[in-house]
Amino acid sequence: MSKFKKKSGGGTPGISTASLPDIVFMLLFFFMVTTVMREVTLKVENTKPRATEIKKLERKSLVTYIYVGKPKDMYASQLGTEPVLQLDDAIARVNEIKTFVISSREEINEQERPLMTVSIKADEDVKMGLITDIKQELRKANSLKINYSTRKGEVFGEDR
Amino acid sequence: MAKRALPEINAGSMADIAFLLLIFFLVTTTMDVDSGINRKLPPWDEEQLEDPPPIKKKNIFTVLVNSRNQLLVEDEYMELEDLREAAKRFLNNNGDGSCDYCTGALRSQTSSDNPGKAIISLQNDRGTNYKTYITVQNELAAAYNELREELAQRLYGKSYDDLDDKAKEEVQNAYPQKISEAEPVSLG
Repeated sequence: MSKFKKKSGGGTPGISTASLPDIVFMLLFFFMVTTVMREVTLKVENTKPRATEIKKLERKSLVTYIYVGKPKDMYASQLGTEPVLQLDDAIARVNEIKTFVISSREEINEQERPLMTVSIKADEDVKMGLITDIKQELRKANSLKINYSTRKGEVFGEDR
Repeated sequence: MAKRALPEINAGSMADIAFLLLIFFLVTTTMDVDSGINRKLPPWDEEQLEDPPPIKKKNIFTVLVNSRNQLLVEDEYMELEDLREAAKRFLNNNGDGSCDYCTGALRSQTSSDNPGKAIISLQNDRGTNYKTYITVQNELAAAYNELREELAQRLYGKSYDDLDDKAKEEVQNAYPQKISEAEPVSLG
């Protein structure tokens, strides 16, 4: 019976923290893997409109982005206040889209090229004239899959 | 020289370093998932089609948006909020009676024959706001999605998103999404 005798010495034993670094490292790796460093610095205002019927964009590597909006205040002196478009880090004109889209299509595997999507990230105050010109350019570049980037949210919110 | 035992490296601060890195990545992480409305553009043709295939006028649901973001639907002024219901009524009209899954159909002779033939035609002005355009696109997509959802519930008792691929395709074909966009004009 003495086998099950209580060990002498009271007090709670200290909790081992030896595995704490492991746990923290696990979290660290998770965040390192999921982090996407922002690749472009936005030079244009970009408040995306809201929509409810949205689909997620998968395969980020197959997506090319076109940003449209008014230049931010700090660039207003050079670029004016009319909406412009931004491809990668540079402000561009509409007729440059074709070359841009074609060159980014070259970077994708041959089999996956038909899956390439162009995501139009336009500010909600942009006029449709500019968007239409962009769409026409995309049609000329034969890049027909597009995505109007939106935020998730009710369309008829209180800010209307 | 006497052999000395290597002193052990104190790993107590490892957790601190890892925490520091962890917090850095926590702060810099942006977990935004890109989402939006998917559309397909028509291919570019230098020469326009000589004569487009004839479509009965009653099968076309025209939506015009002017530069002041006002809507003209089937020649009548309409608020954005009513567009979804109007589109649903049009798609689900079942004028020729061939659609056996359309419930609550009006069967009006001046509206679409059946969902397979119904086409929504959207035209906007160059001065239309992008926000309004997206809202219109969203409402039209919502009309299709709601009809599909209703059909999925009726046929399978499940939500459209939970259906398997084959059933999804069937529901999609029941209400094919046909939104045609005309090139913008100056409607004024």
